[in-house]
Amino acid sequence: MVVDKTLELFDCGHRACGGCGPALAARLILKAAGPNTIVASATGCLEVFSTPYPETVWKVPWIHSLFENQAAVGSGIEAALKKQGRKEKVVIIGGDGATFDIGMLCISGAFERGHDFTYICLDNEAYMNTGIQRSGATPLYAHTSTSPAGKCSTGNRRPKKDMPAILAAHGAPYVATTSLAYPNDLMQKVERAMEVKGPCYVQVHSPCATGWGFEGDQTMVIGKLAVETGIVVLFEQTDGTVTKVKKVVRKPVEEYLKVQKRFAHLFKPQKNEVEIARIQAIADANAAKYGIDIKLKKPAEKPEA
Amino acid sequence: MMRFIEGSIAVAEAAALCRPDVVSAYPITPQTHIVEALAEMAANCTLDAEYITVESEFSALSACLGAVAAGSRAYSATTSQGLFLMFEVCFNLAGMRLPMVMTVANRAVSAPISIWNDQQDSISLRDSGWIQFYAEDNQEAADLHYLAYKVAEDHQVLLPAMVCFDGFILTHTYEPVDMPTQEQVDSYLPKFVPHEKLDAQDPISFGMLATPDYYMEFRYANDQAIQRSKEKIREAGKEFLAKFGRDYSAFVEGYRLEDAETVLVALGSLCGTVKEAIDEMRAAGKKVGLLKIRVYRPFPGVEVAAALKGAKRIAVLDKNISLGSKGAVALEVKDALYGSGIPVLDYIVGLGGRDIRKRDIARIVELTEKGEGDLFYGLREGVA
Amino acid sequence: MALSVGCTARPGKSRANKTGAWRVFKPVFRHDKCTKCGICSLVCPEGCILEQEDEFMIPDYDYCKGCGLCAAECPAEDIEMTKEEK
Repeated sequence: MVVDKTLELFDCGHRACGGCGPALAARLILKAAGPNTIVASATGCLEVFSTPYPETVWKVPWIHSLFENQAAVGSGIEAALKKQGRKEKVVIIGGDGATFDIGMLCISGAFERGHDFTYICLDNEAYMNTGIQRSGATPLYAHTSTSPAGKCSTGNRRPKKDMPAILAAHGAPYVATTSLAYPNDLMQKVERAMEVKGPCYVQVHSPCATGWGFEGDQTMVIGKLAVETGIVVLFEQTDGTVTKVKKVVRKPVEEYLKVQKRFAHLFKPQKNEVEIARIQAIADANAAKYGIDIKLKKPAEKPEA
Repeated sequence: MMRFIEGSIAVAEAAALCRPDVVSAYPITPQTHIVEALAEMAANCTLDAEYITVESEFSALSACLGAVAAGSRAYSATTSQGLFLMFEVCFNLAGMRLPMVMTVANRAVSAPISIWNDQQDSISLRDSGWIQFYAEDNQEAADLHYLAYKVAEDHQVLLPAMVCFDGFILTHTYEPVDMPTQEQVDSYLPKFVPHEKLDAQDPISFGMLATPDYYMEFRYANDQAIQRSKEKIREAGKEFLAKFGRDYSAFVEGYRLEDAETVLVALGSLCGTVKEAIDEMRAAGKKVGLLKIRVYRPFPGVEVAAALKGAKRIAVLDKNISLGSKGAVALEVKDALYGSGIPVLDYIVGLGGRDIRKRDIARIVELTEKGEGDLFYGLREGVA
Repeated sequence: MALSVGCTARPGKSRANKTGAWRVFKPVFRHDKCTKCGICSLVCPEGCILEQEDEFMIPDYDYCKGCGLCAAECPAEDIEMTKEEK
């Protein structure tokens, strides 16, 4: 399928924050998907900033129903298209709140039934539209307004739910993780997902300047650090087997954590070594599980001055 | 053709005759025979539809929503807890002006859990913007589906509609039903032509955000639409009469109303029992009548007032209760009769499948004559 | 403007919302170190950086929010964020 990537199918004039990760993600997704796409969106930042009546930035057919039913709405669209003999592709987009939490019921059913669609989760790791509250995708120890750091709390108590694994377990023929920091990789994987028949899942790690606490122009820098520290692994999985993994020369997780206000409590008033070590352990486990470490040759002996 | 069939089967066949493109329904007692019958038709290729075995009622109606938005005719069926799980989606469908028809097999709502009949479920959705029909018997239950699609899909209306029929009392009983042929239904109900649809050839955004500058106007437009449905129900009902010989053009039906002093008001299968009780009371000299309400939303206030204006007293039989207030139907009948001076007494009856017999109707008429109303009728002594 | 049925709309009206008014800093595209790699255009969340006939990129300042992603990502460091005088 050849898609004209010069097409801008996500128009200007939307009300996203400057430097918004999910806004960029939506734009890139539509470039990869092309105009012959029908999008079903969940309630969330993306839906709210892109469609205040009568302004809409979607240049493809688009529907928003509720917060948690985008996968079911998408299932109904897919069934209708099948019955009508139409060739448009169905893309379902939800934030992490809509995907990991409130939408689990519909997503599980839709994947189990094996409808032909691509589900894309814009993962900015919290309920952002409602003011940065904790979701099942919020990483360990992140500060959010419902998992705040305080005198007797070091932030979110649970590690991130492994959504790709859950959907792979449903028999999804193609599962991929991507990051905004690698836009061409993101577009390639969305294209691939749309080519594969059946329910495919693409998770997009989308740094949120407002929610995570960094300057808007650092969105890509932060996204890269997440991957380079092993906290986010970029992989492709076909029929349950990991087929491609992005390898990195790993940096310590501290480099990623210390540049985001949502982890500031791990460093001030004192460094929380225990918590940082636990996050490091998650990254180490990811590295081991997916084999992301580039094996460096031993450095040559320094010549004497 | 006259057939002696179970209510659920009559409804399933009627739904199938409406040529739905997408059927998406989740099983729940007492609606299960409907979804099973449709699944069997699909499996034997007598129903040409995409049948989605969803994982909950919430998804059932959401899938229908997506299907209608994409330009297909959709059908679902549910009851009680299932309908309540669909609550959000019901308001969503109506607000998005996406037409479809859903059968509600009326059942009591939890808690306590009950699988038996009352009308609390669909009555509780009266604010949703759905057109609501209540069937007295299985003939009406089947017929109202063809009418409901025709009205719902009219471009002056574009609203979802529910056809309600009493769980177990109608769903699981065998009655003679005149089932039309596919050709006959096709000549009455044309193909679905959406007003707007999801289409890559003409991209449209559905379900946008309405700020305070617009929201009220959209809600007003919705109310206008459901009010316009009255005229469409009349027209569709007259056309049905001409084609099939049964008249659904009226929102209410009177039984022996002409000189009735006490008039009972009811919805659904209860009307059948009431009619027989009335015949017995009339034979004994009592001037009683019945006003059956078949279209509950939009509420036919004008027609109710006109039908009841000659009565001395009204007894509303409510198979529902708005806890902390009264039965929903009584409140609306009272509103319709405001200023007439005619007393309207409310009787909460038949909740959770509590049987209502002819002698209960007679007893209620006696209570009405004594002016004793606004009560739960028939509470068991020693239990209440 | 007549209300749509069911709160729907066709695209186009969002262009009336000139988000360029949000800006505090403005990206200045110098075009002297630019290698025409296109990364700026790729990473703009507004999609407002467009290729001109000479293949250089220019942002549409009607919509540019001044987020600075283009400047941060430009490998040639050809884009400078300057405080805008209003």
